[in-house]
Amino acid sequence: MNQEVFFLQNFFNALMLGGLYALIAVGYTMVYGILRLINFAHGDIMMMGVYFAFYTAVLFSSPPLIAAIVAVAGAAGLGFLIDRIAYKPLRNAPRISALITAIGMSFFLESFAVVVFGAVQKPFVQIFKTKESKVILNKVLMVGGARIPLLTFLVILLTLAIFAVLFLIVYKSKIGMAMRAISMDIPTTALMGINVDGVIGFTFALGSALAAASGIMWAMRYPNVYPYMGFMPGMKAFIAAVVGGIGSIPGAVVGGLLLGFIEIFTVSYFPTMSGYRDAFSFIILILILMFKPSGILGKKAIEKV
Amino acid sequence: MSEGRVNQLEKEAVKSKAEVNEPVLVLDHVTMQFGGLIAVNDFDNKVIKGELLGLIGPNGAGKTTVFNVVTGIYYPTKGRIIFDDIDITPFKPYQITHLGIARTFQNIRLFYDLTVLENVLVAQHHELSNPDADRILMRNGKSPKNTQKMWFWRAVTKLGYTSKEKEMLERAKNLIEKVGLSHVMYEKASALPYGEQRKLEIARALATEPKLLLLDEPAAGMNPKETEDLMSFIRRVRDEFNVTVFLIEHDMKVVMGVCERIIVMDYGKIIAEGTPEEIQNNPRVIEAYLGKEWENV
Amino acid sequence: MSMVEKKLSTKTQVILTLLFILGMALLLWWADKGFDSYKQRVLRLIGIYAIMAVSLNLINGITGIFSLGHAGFILIGAYTAAILTLTPSEKAMSYLFGIQPWIKNLHADFFTATLAGGFMAALAAFLIGWPVLRLTGDYLAIASLGFAEIVRIWANNALTITNGPLGLKAIPEYSNIWWVYGWLLFTVVFIASLVYSSYGRALKAIRESRIAAESMGINVFKHQLMSFVVGAFFAGISGSLYAHWLTTVDPRITTMGPMLTFYVLIMIVLGGLGSITGSLIGAAIFAILFEWLRDLEQPFNFFGITVPGIPGIRILVISALFIAVMIFWQRGIMGREELTWNNLYKWLFARRKEGEKS
Repeated sequence: MNQEVFFLQNFFNALMLGGLYALIAVGYTMVYGILRLINFAHGDIMMMGVYFAFYTAVLFSSPPLIAAIVAVAGAAGLGFLIDRIAYKPLRNAPRISALITAIGMSFFLESFAVVVFGAVQKPFVQIFKTKESKVILNKVLMVGGARIPLLTFLVILLTLAIFAVLFLIVYKSKIGMAMRAISMDIPTTALMGINVDGVIGFTFALGSALAAASGIMWAMRYPNVYPYMGFMPGMKAFIAAVVGGIGSIPGAVVGGLLLGFIEIFTVSYFPTMSGYRDAFSFIILILILMFKPSGILGKKAIEKV
Repeated sequence: MSEGRVNQLEKEAVKSKAEVNEPVLVLDHVTMQFGGLIAVNDFDNKVIKGELLGLIGPNGAGKTTVFNVVTGIYYPTKGRIIFDDIDITPFKPYQITHLGIARTFQNIRLFYDLTVLENVLVAQHHELSNPDADRILMRNGKSPKNTQKMWFWRAVTKLGYTSKEKEMLERAKNLIEKVGLSHVMYEKASALPYGEQRKLEIARALATEPKLLLLDEPAAGMNPKETEDLMSFIRRVRDEFNVTVFLIEHDMKVVMGVCERIIVMDYGKIIAEGTPEEIQNNPRVIEAYLGKEWENV
Repeated sequence: MSMVEKKLSTKTQVILTLLFILGMALLLWWADKGFDSYKQRVLRLIGIYAIMAVSLNLINGITGIFSLGHAGFILIGAYTAAILTLTPSEKAMSYLFGIQPWIKNLHADFFTATLAGGFMAALAAFLIGWPVLRLTGDYLAIASLGFAEIVRIWANNALTITNGPLGLKAIPEYSNIWWVYGWLLFTVVFIASLVYSSYGRALKAIRESRIAAESMGINVFKHQLMSFVVGAFFAGISGSLYAHWLTTVDPRITTMGPMLTFYVLIMIVLGGLGSITGSLIGAAIFAILFEWLRDLEQPFNFFGITVPGIPGIRILVISALFIAVMIFWQRGIMGREELTWNNLYKWLFARRKEGEKS
């Protein structure tokens, strides 16, 4: 394989992986922007979304698209519920209490999945039963001599479309404006007659829906579903959010892509390091926190004394 | 102590100061810039040993920033800060405290979950644990505050430590008694009423055994009775603890009643300086406080 | 609240403490003879968990550094000690991918190996502390978790040092009751002695307000690093004891990964963040509850109906319980109070007085 083809293949892989990270990262960044809370359970909400899709398709033999829609809606509801039950009672508690609760929630969801769905890995592609739908999985396109699966293109296009909708919601709609207002000043926003808890709930639902969408595409590409599948992508997406500047949605996109590219390219150009691929992101995190803690697109906060 | 005696002491202090006139703190053309905002612009003044100096100015004039630069929380963009003949500009807050500058905060920052006694004891801890600040003292020909080593291991093994702990405890209790907080010695700081919290913050600063005490709006949020008490308390502190006091205050009654000299800041610059009487009649100060439109009225 | 500090004389307290330790020793001696091997294992696990909890409590509860890297230090201690106590011939057998020659011939007794585990963990804390302790709050939490994951991933990949994903097996079961509780006693005495000194007050001051502590002349970074290193040292000790209790070490997520940090976090939150005696109580409750819930994972009889065992249910129950504790009972069992002779005396005394009044 020549250099350009090799590069092209990695380029598309990185674009896809980065997009998936970015989709999850947006959920972290929106919640952090509003509540200053790292929603540790975010990666596990993604995992639950994948299970929702899997079981909707398997138990009710519904077509994959319907299953995906059900899963995204289910994850949105789950995200909303988690906020109401676990985080809302702690709004006025020290910030670290909410973080501890979020860690607890993460383990709760993982063990819930172990108990209800079983710890065994299941092939997600089982949800594609008809011949036509299997084309999505197996078709390969030739681009400039490189063999790129159709799925990779689909994931990239779908991610772009989702981001377009997200930007419309956040920057053009009324509720988006409320979200941005709350991220600046909660008490003042409440005084303006905005239902703060409702908007926070919506933010959780929106972030969770995006995570589920990302998770479903993830499970199509990296084909298994299992209870701990949310941990690593969740951690990396969080790192992407921090790298891009936590609280900033464009930052989450930049951070996600950057992480995707670094991961894919280091692994393909230094194959001996592939065992350490998960460690890279953490090293990047520690470096960025040391040298530019506000991230690439984040605003610098000056501590008032 | 009676009011008359206080006034007399005050006058004596002013007199002796006028004779010596030795600065304890020099701000040498200090500028502090945050991005495009110049919070402090070419601040050039001195604090004289033993005086009670006030710093006033409208909101956002840069008063607290001056304190933050002096105590090492911010590194000034330009200029030098000399304390007790040592250039302290590059030093960190904990080192500067060790050298002899203590402060209170505009919004009280006590160790709320610790008792009053523990709050004061914490302020003595730097004596055991600041070898780098002691080296600064020695480099400048002054005696270090602590000459013994390995305090961590002494504290853990309790070998050669208990007598020190006893001595620290004694000193802390003494100080608490002196400032009149002994009735709440074992209460948590969070349980204290507002006025006593302010007092405790000053007591805690005094426990570091400073030469210069910086008070950031000590009367903020106090009722008239508490303010009255505070004024005599500040005078007493200056005399009994032999410290120089530099304070920021919005309450004109406090500033004019306590301070012997006043510096006025506006938009980061010093616009006036003098005795309370001079400041009260200074047209620039009136303008800064009341705005230009008043002239037309 | 009382205006005067109720105080037993130091002499009384020392005598009571010595009597307590003697009583505990007798109790352990009796348990060592009388308990069946399963209960003994649980008893030893309680001691090991207690060391993990007290050391994490020093970092998280007393100093207020919200570290999630404890499993990393435990793992370092566990591997260091296990590599040292395995004989060269045992190592030659289990390392399938070859072994670094300098590791192969290392050998030490259990005590030295445990100490070495502690020191390696402390060294790691010292090195990682420089970048990580520059951060605060949740950033620090994530960065320390990242550190622990890096260590775990390293253990999974450094085949000739750690034997990679296979881990180390057939580690001698040296962690008997005396080693475990001896180390626990040392841990508690060391950390309590530190906390009840000027240094401990400084650490609590940092927890309450970093800025005020710095302004009171405390070198915040140095003190945080000190607390981090001491906590990591004892985490390393507990790691060695844990390895010689499990008799295996491996780098899976569930053995010495985030899951273990989560368990220790549950113990200290349950006992009360900031209370040493609370951590001890939390560790004991966690270990017993966790073992007791094991029954749910086996098939059991419920009013005549045989319920099949549900794998994974105990973590589900534990984490649900944990969330409930966080929402309804944040202070935990002890809050920041300690179960000391003085407090015991004070509480008993105060209660009697109230009783007289009514």
